[in-house]
Amino acid sequence: MSILINKNTKVITQGITGKTGQFHTEKCQEYANGKNCFVAGVNPKKAGEKIFDIPIYASVKEASAASGATVSVIYVPPPGAAAAVWEAVEADLDLVICITEGIPVRDMLEVRNKMKAKVAGGGKETLLLGPNCPGLITPEEIKIGIMPGHIHKKGRIGVVSRSGTLTYEAVGQLTDLGLGQSSAVGIGGDPINGLKHIDIMKLFNNDPDTDAVIMIGEIGGPDEAEAAVWCKANMKKPIVGFIAGVTAPPGKRMGHAGALISGGADTAEAKLAIMEECGFTVTRNPAEMGKLLKSLL
Amino acid sequence: MKIHEYQGKEILRKFGVTTPRGNPAFSVEEAVKVAKDLGGNVWVVKAQIHAGGRGKGGGVKVAKSLDEVKQYASQILGMQLVTHQTGPQGRRVKRLLIEDGADIKKEYYLAVLTDRASQKVAVMASSEGGMDIEKVAHDTPEKILKEFVDPVVGMSDLQASKLARGIGVPEGSLAQAVTLIKNLYRCYMETDASLAEINPLILEANGNIKALDAKFNFDDNSLYRQPEIVAYRDLDEEDPDEVAASKFDLTYIALDGNIGCLVNGAGLAMATMDAIKLFGAEPANFLDVGGGATTEKVTEAFKIMLKNPAVKGILVNIFGGIMKCDTIAEGIVAAARVVHLSVPLVVRMKGTNDEIGKKILKDSGLPIISADNMAEAAQKIVAVVAGK
Repeated sequence: MSILINKNTKVITQGITGKTGQFHTEKCQEYANGKNCFVAGVNPKKAGEKIFDIPIYASVKEASAASGATVSVIYVPPPGAAAAVWEAVEADLDLVICITEGIPVRDMLEVRNKMKAKVAGGGKETLLLGPNCPGLITPEEIKIGIMPGHIHKKGRIGVVSRSGTLTYEAVGQLTDLGLGQSSAVGIGGDPINGLKHIDIMKLFNNDPDTDAVIMIGEIGGPDEAEAAVWCKANMKKPIVGFIAGVTAPPGKRMGHAGALISGGADTAEAKLAIMEECGFTVTRNPAEMGKLLKSLL
Repeated sequence: MKIHEYQGKEILRKFGVTTPRGNPAFSVEEAVKVAKDLGGNVWVVKAQIHAGGRGKGGGVKVAKSLDEVKQYASQILGMQLVTHQTGPQGRRVKRLLIEDGADIKKEYYLAVLTDRASQKVAVMASSEGGMDIEKVAHDTPEKILKEFVDPVVGMSDLQASKLARGIGVPEGSLAQAVTLIKNLYRCYMETDASLAEINPLILEANGNIKALDAKFNFDDNSLYRQPEIVAYRDLDEEDPDEVAASKFDLTYIALDGNIGCLVNGAGLAMATMDAIKLFGAEPANFLDVGGGATTEKVTEAFKIMLKNPAVKGILVNIFGGIMKCDTIAEGIVAAARVVHLSVPLVVRMKGTNDEIGKKILKDSGLPIISADNMAEAAQKIVAVVAGK
């Protein structure tokens, strides 16, 4: 097992005909069972055509009906990306992974509130991963997103992080130590997003094939602290924690829109302290996440 | 993106939020002319910089004659204004706002911002206006009222009136306050702001409610659809190196240390800075080259880092995913030649084509120190810079 996706997952690619969409769709197809997983693309102007042997449909609804896909990945450029998320939600998919970076915050606020209203009104819940995220991977089964597949190895460690390259760093350390991953998830660097650390920790906690987790956070926002408090009461598995941005000054946006210290509680030191209090094994050395995790097994 | 107070007030007026009458001035003569044109007998001369705490630093003066306007304008214009937000070096004042004096009976606080936890828009108000709101939040949190607005539904009269009553706006001014709060919310949404703060919002003796200050931040992701906001950008208030970097899609932030860092990805860039600190030195900058680094981008990145005379060494940390390590290596070699690199350089690269990348660096004949992991890289650059 794994979390959220596995080798049997069927995926629609929204924005498949753009440069980024094409590049990464090809890489995802080449990875493990990708040929069988990536079954449909969406572009209203190119419906009926094919790209890399993947049929293109006019809408997510049509693509899902024709292919049986329940997950979509979005590479649509920022001005239309939130609308693409909503289209996938309206098509009642299980999971939408939005890779796009630079979506207006107001657009994300609106789509998140529409998603919540849909569920409150009795509609089907669609999970959202991202935006501005690398996606997620279940090694040697399926990769949905922009991460380099070859650094991963199948195994029993979960990884969750906001940042792309920092997720790769943790995965690379684990693989070098011979420790494979059950799933590695990038939840994205934006202030308004879908699945948060706490949601992914819940999934890893319930996954019988995950033995331990590396949870990586950044400065800014309440999410890591919230996840830590939940883990203290519920998590049955060892966790290694790291927070990037000890050296980040307040009031400066450190690349990610969400990585901005605004109050006293969202500094790296404050988050590390809460994680430690909640039973995480924390490190201030980003090069040691893998080693530390190995010592806990 | 930040703007000046006078620009914020222009935006507020467009959305029906009342402010004192006033105009910007770029010289002492212009300041006197603006005051004369406004008429009356009390004016406020306000320094315009992108930082708060201007009053305490001596950047805001009340003038009771045109001579005083002239006197204060010449004092403030060109001064190096130091506030708790500018750092000890302060910021040079190049613009003034001259506006009507106000007859303040009571000061309130009003702000709109996006709340990450609830994923709603938070409208905050307090009876304790004119003060440092973080201090109010810390000492008397019950004095800050919040209404959370679903942006799909919008702000209701009831929500606005709860805030207005809650902070003690008198009965006769309630309708005006409710309209103003709703207008500020609408302004926040329609301009894609990430913060709209009025501190203080005032009640005048005649019962009118006015915004005496205006502080805005805007969502950088939305600027493409806000040309009127972009037109307000004042490059004088921004770090010139950060501006130069942004032209090449590089995210650069200058810091106080002496080790320059060039990294791909914001999270890894922060982690690399942290590793440098962990091993006893301080990073000179944050620099994210992003996903598609070309030789040109890497060269620009080196140039920007090396402009900082404090930089005594550079650490490059690349985890190649989309970005191939051989491409980065070629970029580094080309850049090092172009800038005649004279400080030590440690490179750590991992991921796609890392072996080819390392070979390119080695074969270049340049004195590049290679490292296999982040800790080793950080230790090496810290040691070299310390002369060990």
